Amino acid sequence: MTEQNSEGMSRRSLLNLIGTVAGSAVMYHAMTEMGYAKESGYTGPIKLSAPPPGTSVLILGAGVAGMVAALELRNAGYKVQVLEYNNRPGGRNWSLYGGDTYTELGGFTQHVGFDPGQYLNPGPWRLPYHHYGILDYCKRLNVALEPFTQINFNAYLHSTEAFGGKPQRFRHVLTDWQGHTSELLAKCTQQGALDQAVTKEDKEILLAALRNWGALDKNYQYAKGAISSNRRGWASDPGGGLDSVPIPSEPMAMTELLSSRLWAGLTPGLGYEFQSTIFEPVGGMGMIGKAFGKELGNLIKYNCKVIDIHQDEKGVTATYIDSRTGGTPQKASGDWCVCTIPASILSQIPMNVGAPMRNAINQLPYESALKTGLQFKRRFWEEDEHIYGGITFTNQPNAMLGYPQWGFFSKGKGVILGAYTFGPNAFMAAAKPPEERIKDALEYGAKVHPQYKQEFDCGASVAWHRVPWTLGCAGAWTDERRAAHYNDLCAIDGRIVLAGEHASRIPAWQEGAVTSSLDAIGRLHKRVMAG
Amino acid sequence: MTMKNTMMKMFAAAAVLGLSLVPAAAQEFRAGNFPMQSGEAIYKGVCQGCHMPDAKGAVGAGRYPALAGDSNLAVAGYPIGIILHGQKAMPWFNEYFSDQQVANVVNYVRTHFGNHYTDKVTAADVKALR
Repeated sequence: MTEQNSEGMSRRSLLNLIGTVAGSAVMYHAMTEMGYAKESGYTGPIKLSAPPPGTSVLILGAGVAGMVAALELRNAGYKVQVLEYNNRPGGRNWSLYGGDTYTELGGFTQHVGFDPGQYLNPGPWRLPYHHYGILDYCKRLNVALEPFTQINFNAYLHSTEAFGGKPQRFRHVLTDWQGHTSELLAKCTQQGALDQAVTKEDKEILLAALRNWGALDKNYQYAKGAISSNRRGWASDPGGGLDSVPIPSEPMAMTELLSSRLWAGLTPGLGYEFQSTIFEPVGGMGMIGKAFGKELGNLIKYNCKVIDIHQDEKGVTATYIDSRTGGTPQKASGDWCVCTIPASILSQIPMNVGAPMRNAINQLPYESALKTGLQFKRRFWEEDEHIYGGITFTNQPNAMLGYPQWGFFSKGKGVILGAYTFGPNAFMAAAKPPEERIKDALEYGAKVHPQYKQEFDCGASVAWHRVPWTLGCAGAWTDERRAAHYNDLCAIDGRIVLAGEHASRIPAWQEGAVTSSLDAIGRLHKRVMAG
Repeated sequence: MTMKNTMMKMFAAAAVLGLSLVPAAAQEFRAGNFPMQSGEAIYKGVCQGCHMPDAKGAVGAGRYPALAGDSNLAVAGYPIGIILHGQKAMPWFNEYFSDQQVANVVNYVRTHFGNHYTDKVTAADVKALR
C-alpha cells in the first residue's frame, strides 16, 4: 500500500486521514472503493478427466465438502462411497424445523416446536454473492434462493448504556454519524487544516463530496430539515390530502451519538462478506445439504461413526460402527480417501499419517458459537415496528436479533434468531442447558422489543461446543498456527487428503468447504493420473 | 498493513467499546473475556459446557474427556498447560483467563469430582507456564 497519487499523497495517508477525521465507516467505504478486496477462487465447475477404470475414493463426512467431492468424483467416473456420522446429509449445513429432535452432548434433548415454514439455521445462514462456488452448486442442484437482508435501515442499533437503553433506528445512527463527521471534516477543510494534505482544487471537490455524503445544508452544516430528513426519515412522513405536510426529524446530538458507541454497529454490514446481494435458500440453509443428499442417493451411508483410518500402499480403509447403537465394527475401503471429518474429531481418531499432518490436526480446536431461535405468536417486529428482515445489533451477550427473511406480512408465527454469538459469551451459553439459553435470549431481546415476553411461543438453541459431531463451529486458526500448519493440513499424505472449511482460507463459510474440496480432489486426481 | 489487519483493528476497537460484531476474520471470534473469578464459578460458567456438570465428559463422534477421578490432574502443571495452550479439540484459553482465574479453576477441579489433590497452585505457577 505504498502507491502515491499525483499529489504525492500515499493512499495509506489518505485513508488514515479519512479514518481519523471521519470515522471507520467512511474509511472502510474508501478502502472498498480502492479495491482491496479479494474474491473466492471458484472459476466454474471442475473438469476431471476419466480415471483408470475402477478407481475408488472413500469419502468421510457428508457435509458440503464431502458431498462436493462425491458429486464431482462420481461424475468423473470414480467409484465413490461416503460415510456420514449423522442420519442426514449436510453436516453444518443444517436447519432445525418443527418436529425435529436434537440431542446435544450431555444428553440435553430439544423437541423443536416451530410452525411449518419456520426454522433456525444453527450453522451458516448467508450466501454472499461472491461465494461463487456454493452459489453454483445451488444453481446446479436447483436450490431456490431468496435475498438475505444484512443491513436493514429500519432495524435497530441498541446499547443498554446509551439513549436510556432505547434502541435507535439504523438510519438515524447512520445519517447522523455521516452528517456530524462530514460537518466536522468540512470545518477542518474550510479552516485550512487540510491544506497540507489536499490541493486547492481537491479541497473544493472534497467540500462538495462532504455535503453530498453527510446530507449537509448549503452552509456545510448538518441540521434538522428536509435535507437530513430525506435520509434519516421524518418525524411525520409526507402524505396525501389535508394535513400531509412532512415534519422534519431532529438529529441526535454529536456528543450523545459519539458516547453511545452505536456507530460501531454501522460497519459490520460493510464487510465484504456482508455486502449486498446476500442470499439464503428458500426454506432454510439445510436445503442445500438435502439437495446434495438427494443427488448422491445411496452413495452416502448414514449413521457411521468412524473409529479408525488406515492406509497402506494399496488403499485406505475406514473402520466404523453404528453411531446410534455401536455394535460390530465394519470396514469400508477405497484406493484413495477424501477425509472431511472436522479436525476436532479427527484428532481423536487413529489414522496413520505423517507427523506434519498429524500435528496440524492436533493444533486445530474449534471455535465456540451460539445460535438461539425464538418463535413468536405474531410478527410484531413487522406489524408494530415495520422491520422486514435484517439484523438488530445489541451490546448484550446475545449480540444480535436476526429477523426472519421469509414470509413477510404473513399472519402466522415467525422465528427470530434471538442470539448469535462467539467467544466468551458463546462459551458461557454452552455451559447452560438449552432452556436457560432460550430464557436468556428472551431477557436480552425484551430490552429491544417490549412485546417479546407476551408474544413468545417456543425456542431452540444450538451451542456448537455441544454439537456431538463437530465439538465447535469452525477451525480456530490464528495467523501463527496457519503459518505453521496450514500447508501440512492441506497436503496429500500418502493416499489421504483432507478437505473442509478448516482446510480453507475462508473459515466458517461454506465457500471455504467448496473451494477446499475442489482443490483437494483436483490435486488427488492429478496424483491418480500420474499413476 | 493488509486489509485483514486493518479490518481486525477496526473490529477490535469496536469490541473494546462494548458492541458485539460479526467476525470477519478468525481472530475476531475470540474478543472478550470471562467475568467470573472463583474456581467453581469458572467451572460452572465455562468448563462444564464440554466436560459437563458432573465432570464426566461426553461422547459423540469424538469425545470430551472426564475430569472426574482424573489421574492426569495429579501434576498440576498438566491441566494448567492444557487450559493455557489447548490440546486437540480443547481450545486454548490463555488470552481469556488471568493467571489467578486459571489457578482458581485448576484448584477447584483438582479438589472436586472425586479428585483429592490438595496442593494449591498459585497465579505465579500459571504465569510460569504461559
